[in-house]
Amino acid sequence: MNESTSQSESGQVPIRNSQSEFRNSEMIVFDDVSKFYGEILGINRVSLHIAPGITSLVGPNGAGKSTLMNLMTGLLRPSRGRITILGIPTDQPEQLFRKLGYCTQFDSFPRGLTGEEFIRSFLLVHGVERRKAKELTQVALERVSLVEAGKRKMAAYSKGMRQRIRLAQAIAHQPEVMILDEPLNGLDPMVRAETIALFRKLAAEGLHLIISSHILHEVDMMSDRVILLNNGYVVAEGNVHGVRDEMQDRPMQILIRCDKPAKLAARVFDKDHVVEARLHDDRLGLFVKTRDSDRFYLMLNSVVAEGEINIESIAPVDDDLSAVYQYLIGSEGSNS
Amino acid sequence: MSSSTIDVKPEGIEKPPLPWALWWRQIRAIFRLEIEKNFLSRRSILLYLLALIPIVPLVLLAPFTPPGDEWQDFGRYNMIFAVYYGGLILRTVVFFGCAWIFMNLFRGDMIDRSLHFYFLSPVRREILVAGKYLSGLVTSIILFTGTTILAMLLLYLPHFPSESSRFFLDGHGLGQLLTYCGITMLACVGYGAFFLVVGLFFRNPIIPAIVLYGWEWLNFLMPPLLKKISVIHYLQSLTPVPVSEGPFAVVAEPTPAWIAVPSLVLVTVLVLVIASRRIRHMEIRYGGD
Repeated sequence: MNESTSQSESGQVPIRNSQSEFRNSEMIVFDDVSKFYGEILGINRVSLHIAPGITSLVGPNGAGKSTLMNLMTGLLRPSRGRITILGIPTDQPEQLFRKLGYCTQFDSFPRGLTGEEFIRSFLLVHGVERRKAKELTQVALERVSLVEAGKRKMAAYSKGMRQRIRLAQAIAHQPEVMILDEPLNGLDPMVRAETIALFRKLAAEGLHLIISSHILHEVDMMSDRVILLNNGYVVAEGNVHGVRDEMQDRPMQILIRCDKPAKLAARVFDKDHVVEARLHDDRLGLFVKTRDSDRFYLMLNSVVAEGEINIESIAPVDDDLSAVYQYLIGSEGSNS
Repeated sequence: MSSSTIDVKPEGIEKPPLPWALWWRQIRAIFRLEIEKNFLSRRSILLYLLALIPIVPLVLLAPFTPPGDEWQDFGRYNMIFAVYYGGLILRTVVFFGCAWIFMNLFRGDMIDRSLHFYFLSPVRREILVAGKYLSGLVTSIILFTGTTILAMLLLYLPHFPSESSRFFLDGHGLGQLLTYCGITMLACVGYGAFFLVVGLFFRNPIIPAIVLYGWEWLNFLMPPLLKKISVIHYLQSLTPVPVSEGPFAVVAEPTPAWIAVPSLVLVTVLVLVIASRRIRHMEIRYGGD
């Protein structure tokens, strides 16, 4: 991640725009990490510095997202390279899991426990005192809106409830780093929105949240930055818009809504950075593809100033995660 | 001269004290979770059935004395029990019971895909091994010493009530009963450690369990040196009533209790150290990308 690691809105942590402002002891660091399962590649030569905030891992199935997460949590050991989480090596679980919570994808639990017992039992395993464990359990259940259901056996939970109780267990000891593997799976739209809001709140409190998700528009909505993975390699990383800007071989597509799109087309067409201008089907807009969006916006400013064409709106069409994903990884994974 | 009497220690040399209180809390928490699983999960049904195997025939025999001279003579009951205990309780029930309990401590969690909850806790893996082993040990000891006690009482009391009362209250009965219980406990200690490690190293632990079962049963045919590489040899050395192993048995001096007991405990500790090292480097791969 090379630039812009701005915090979430209403952040209590001072906003530091450059990653270089963070020390390694505040970041998740992958130093030339590879993981092979025998002959099969998990991830290859990954070097990352992940600052606080929400970072999403995006990629098709088998891209290496879960491998990356399991490596971060020490469930897997790297074949090569070194990983530290806030300065702690991942082979020291005694220190690591005081600061880290991991909500895995595995939809399984110790049998016969209620949600409350499940969370409390593992807080006790952490070494938390009994009374404190009870308090923390309540806080965690409240955060995922499962206070009532917490008294029921988990065997009777719906998929969404199981997902939430796992999330509660991962946040119960109030970690500084949370790793969440597909945390929105199985949640209904209402709970999804609540959960995303919770993530944003946790990020605003200065936590690291590493989230893998298949739902690109949700990732786009909640992430401060993304890491795009494909076939075990990091294809791109950073702020979505920053990543999109870097893709100079892919001209930026912009839709301009205006009253005289044909006239505007004539104006923009002779610019050397504009590679395509096409009228919208409803003839009230113009699609423009440009290699230099900054120069294009400057030019539009002068058009507006002249007052001959009335421009209603300007919107980049492919400046989102879906487009970036499509360009870098291809259509194959875009829906996965 | 006010020469420096202050003991200056370079920073970072003194290690912080070991967090025994924390470890003990963690062991207790793991123990509680595991003991509940051992006694109340679906897997424990098989364990209860196994523990009942030696009891059922004795309950059926209780209302009447079976034919045969040996059953009419109270003096021969200690030999009957010694054979029953050695053949059925120790070599079969305790052996397979420990196999089931201890192999499942880790393997069961892997099958249930719930081991990662422990691995994602700030617990030294050695503490995890200790907590789980302790829970297995307590479970097996409660079940199988229970079986041992019940079996002995059910053999003696229904057929010769007054002689049996005297035997247990005034004679050697109580001593024998406690010795058998002690042997059962030691068997749980030894077999437990072995099966815990087997559950960690083998995807299908049944095969090594059967190999060990064969090894333990064929122990009587082995030369004295090989006999000592088994758990059963040390346990048999402790039995209060020696049982003949048949005409083909290779006779070897029993190991004295002061060697047998510490040897078993020492081997158990070594095996648990191996288990701890194994689990320290263990990865969880029951899910893919």
